[in-house]
Amino acid sequence: MSAYTAQEMMTVLASRLLANDDVCFVGIGAPSAACNLARLTHAPEITLIYESGTIDTRPRTLPLSIGDGELCETALMTCSVPEMFRYWLQGERMTVGFLGTAQIDRYANLNTTAVGAYERPTARLPGAGGASEAGIQCREIFVIVKQSLRSFVAQLDFLTTFGHGTGFDARERLGIRTKGPTQVISDLCHLQPDAVTRELKVVSLHPGVTRQQVIDATAWELQFADEVSETAAPTAIELEVLRELRARGES
Amino acid sequence: MRARFVTLAEGIEAVVRDGDRVAFEGFTHLIPFAAGHEAIRQRRRDLELVRMTPDIIYDQMIGCGMARKLVFSWCGNPGVGSLHRVRDALEQTWPLGLEIEEYTHASMAAAYDAGAANLPFAVLRGFRGADLVRFNPNIRTVTCPFTGEDLAAVPAMRLDAAVIHAQQADEEGNVLIEGIVGVQKEAALSAQRVLVTAEERVEALRCTSPNACVLPSWAIDVIAIVPGGAFPSYAHGYYPRSNAFYVAWDRISRDRDGFSAWIGSNVMRKGPESFAAHARKTA
Repeated sequence: MSAYTAQEMMTVLASRLLANDDVCFVGIGAPSAACNLARLTHAPEITLIYESGTIDTRPRTLPLSIGDGELCETALMTCSVPEMFRYWLQGERMTVGFLGTAQIDRYANLNTTAVGAYERPTARLPGAGGASEAGIQCREIFVIVKQSLRSFVAQLDFLTTFGHGTGFDARERLGIRTKGPTQVISDLCHLQPDAVTRELKVVSLHPGVTRQQVIDATAWELQFADEVSETAAPTAIELEVLRELRARGES
Repeated sequence: MRARFVTLAEGIEAVVRDGDRVAFEGFTHLIPFAAGHEAIRQRRRDLELVRMTPDIIYDQMIGCGMARKLVFSWCGNPGVGSLHRVRDALEQTWPLGLEIEEYTHASMAAAYDAGAANLPFAVLRGFRGADLVRFNPNIRTVTCPFTGEDLAAVPAMRLDAAVIHAQQADEEGNVLIEGIVGVQKEAALSAQRVLVTAEERVEALRCTSPNACVLPSWAIDVIAIVPGGAFPSYAHGYYPRSNAFYVAWDRISRDRDGFSAWIGSNVMRKGPESFAAHARKTA
């Protein structure tokens, strides 16, 4: 089982960053795949929470929507949506918020609202959903996003979810106490914010990916850590579990 | 006064009026599709449609030109992509332009909660650093009178009408909602008029716990029994979500002619009884 896709590499790396004692606010799509892969491999006791109100859920298949019946049927309990956002998210019970996005900038601010002008968008995207508040109320944020000039942009068309603003102590200046984005996982590399400037920098490249490839897929002048390592390739077990999860979802 | 049992056509006629601010609520689960189709057949106009997660049923209603405004916090076909009819209205004003009032889930859920609680506004820690504040003048700031902290405020949700789907109504018109309950209770309690569609009428509600989500009969105006009425959404304990239909909708709704043809044959020339084919009880 040596062959794997860039998407699988991205999901596997994302899953490895989650810990057994995390309480995770799970976005739909790629975040959901990563979180459930973690639960079925190295983090069996991880608590997964979806914004539909399903708490400590253990889906056997990957849900298509945030509110599939599978999530409710396998949850410890299901609360109302106001309770979810007021008690559990705003109550700062979540250690990690795992989000996808359409656009990300160098300070990991996210746009899931609109491409083009807000009032006359060239492409209208879904909007904030739970992401805006997750970005300030989860202890830290992981972002998973495919890397290209369309997604890694110099200037967001719309700031939906605040990451590190204009860098440095932007969060603290707004009175935000949580860490914000600490991990960004793409299909090419792994990025983390610089400890001082908060600008994203590449810390590892996925196997077979060159620096130039990553630079070419980024619309700003991308920074690299002093030591850039190679991301460990997916193991046979990680791939097997991930593919089983996906296959069950499609059947 | 207790809720009255009526036909779906009578229910929509009694509860949803032209120009209303109305929510057909449901958070992925228990979405009142049959009721939405009846509103399309009755050609309601000039609606201000409210829902946290407008999906296919609002795409259909907006594509039929029934809405002047959409109030929402996440608008899309979950896990599939865009709502093409909503985008066509926003980007090309077809068949009509659409005004939007956009929130986040946390703020919209809080607004419903405040509406149900008869408060003038909702307060939350939210929107910090977010651009939405610049485009929605209803997102404001209040200062905590105790600590001096600045907090976000949004107006309480006030609806002319709420339409929701439930699993069961008993003989007296009390209604049971189970599973992902979303904001349906809050929507009903924020509204002047309430229509509930339900999978079945039973002698006694199947409440597995004294804490079950039950709307008492006297908090509801009218109830219509519509088996399968949430399809292609689902009813926990009855039938599953048709993810295949949500995927197929992407193709059906992509162009205007295909969409209009689909509405013609699947909504205009059908009635609520057509939903019964999807009705089932699994638990």
